[in-house]
Amino acid sequence: MTNLILTPNLPRADDTYADLLAAHEGLSKAESDALNARLILVLMNHIGDQAIIREALKAARLERESA
Amino acid sequence: MNKIFEIPLYPYARHPDQDAATPVRRKVVIVGAGPVGLAAAIDLAQQGIEAVIVDENDRVSFGSRAICFAKRTLEIADRLGCGTPLVEKGVQWNLGKVFFDERKVYDFNLLPEGGHRRPAFINLQQYYFEEYLVNRLRALESEGAPVSIRGGSKVTSIENRGDHVSLVVKTPEGPYTLEADWLIACDGAASPTRQILGLDFVGRVFEDNFLIADVIMDAEFPTERWFWFDPPFNKGQSALLHKQPDGVWRIDLQLGWNIDKEKEKKPENVIPRLKAMLGEEVNFELEWVSIYTFQCRRMEHFRHGRVLFAGDSAHQVSPFGARGANSGLQDTDNLIWKLKLVIDGEAKDNLLDTYDVERVYGADENILNSSRSTDFITPKSEQSRIFRDAVLDLSEHFAFARPLVNSGRLSMPCTYDASPLNTSDTLTEAPARARPGSPCPDAPIGSGFLLDQLGKGFTLLALNAEAPASVSIGGIEARTLSIATTKELAERYLGAATSAVYLIRPDQHVAARWAQFDETAVKSALARACGKDL
Repeated sequence: MTNLILTPNLPRADDTYADLLAAHEGLSKAESDALNARLILVLMNHIGDQAIIREALKAARLERESA
Repeated sequence: MNKIFEIPLYPYARHPDQDAATPVRRKVVIVGAGPVGLAAAIDLAQQGIEAVIVDENDRVSFGSRAICFAKRTLEIADRLGCGTPLVEKGVQWNLGKVFFDERKVYDFNLLPEGGHRRPAFINLQQYYFEEYLVNRLRALESEGAPVSIRGGSKVTSIENRGDHVSLVVKTPEGPYTLEADWLIACDGAASPTRQILGLDFVGRVFEDNFLIADVIMDAEFPTERWFWFDPPFNKGQSALLHKQPDGVWRIDLQLGWNIDKEKEKKPENVIPRLKAMLGEEVNFELEWVSIYTFQCRRMEHFRHGRVLFAGDSAHQVSPFGARGANSGLQDTDNLIWKLKLVIDGEAKDNLLDTYDVERVYGADENILNSSRSTDFITPKSEQSRIFRDAVLDLSEHFAFARPLVNSGRLSMPCTYDASPLNTSDTLTEAPARARPGSPCPDAPIGSGFLLDQLGKGFTLLALNAEAPASVSIGGIEARTLSIATTKELAERYLGAATSAVYLIRPDQHVAARWAQFDETAVKSALARACGKDL
């Protein structure tokens, strides 16, 4: 089974982060919330692996990995 | 008008049991002449077991109610000898459209797999379903089968006495006592049987109301399922339009929680809502209007000694996915062959505990699926609404989001994976869809279909394998069906295997499978499928 990558993995991290912020520029709170939701769904589908997504949900909740 | 639901089909008539000096004992008494009770009675009668239905009414149900009957239900109806009139009358459909706000976001085609006798679904008013089952029951009765319906007969008291059940039946001419070896309660969501016995019924109540209307109109709407999320004519809520036979259209409008039900049901309030939905120019007539609130819950157990619960009396689901009546038919399909073995003394009565195990599992699957649909249709928090709307917006543009749209996951038969009646799979290279616990997939054979050959007792299906004509243990026989392997049979039963022997239960579920016939293995699996290992 592949594991969720929790070490640095973005080749141009600053650029990608800036893309994320730019996408939200000028949006209302509701529009931003909708954009984030769509983005999560698009990425989830791309990952296409329930185990990885469950690990990602755990990481997002800032839960430590169990030994 | 004289619609079928206005005609007394089984009016009260005095029965000699009412004048008996001591209470008469019947083999099986069924409470309720709805789809589930009728199916149970027909199944018993076909196998020569006495069945008496008692029902406080005398006619089929009023209004369309359960309108969507799934393929598995039609296959069960075929086994009961009444599938054809249902399919001939019903409306078949494969196409659907999904709307969000003011726009259509996508359409779909269920694209049913070929090589099955019955379609994926038909739409048919519950009153027709019941009428055709009553017709079948009457035909059996006139052939001398031990089956009857007593209308105008309300059960007011039930005592579970260990080796039988004692009932008090109230009639227009006064009450009488009747006894039954076994009682099957098919008396619906509000089950008086359940209440009389003081049994639990726990689960989730959804705080929502739906207006359902049967509308007769000559309109150009195609034979499709149309579902609206948040439409302009019902802001913040949902709506469904579905075609039934006789130019009757079923409309479901979500109303929300804090409403005045009596007021909403009045035609002067219903008609403007429907006009907003259908267009001002469409002429229609209201046949039936009702408002309902639904619940997702089940009894902890469906067997209580000699009282067995089936259908809505045992479990309720939200209507999304057509899992109510369809799962009730699967209940009786599962129950009756077991009850017959117990009544005939071929199996111990703990075989009936597997009815509880298997159908509780089925109910949980249905409750899970229909609760998820409800949570998608009526998001319970701001965040879940944001995700729901995101799915709908994406579905307009990208195919990946469409499987996430959940306006009901349409009823599929249950696979009893963990059933104690299964023998573990020894043919894992064969398709998973036919693994032990699965309902047999249909396939064309010769000029007919496989399922027409299954269901009269146990069957050994031999594909590219030698097997004797039958195998018996005690009084239980499995008869062999040896047929030439067609493309569909190979696809659905062999997969990567070159040969197969399947042991199939009377309810057309797979009990065990092997590459070759092995007498010891088959006998042991047959014994296990009849509960001998319990």
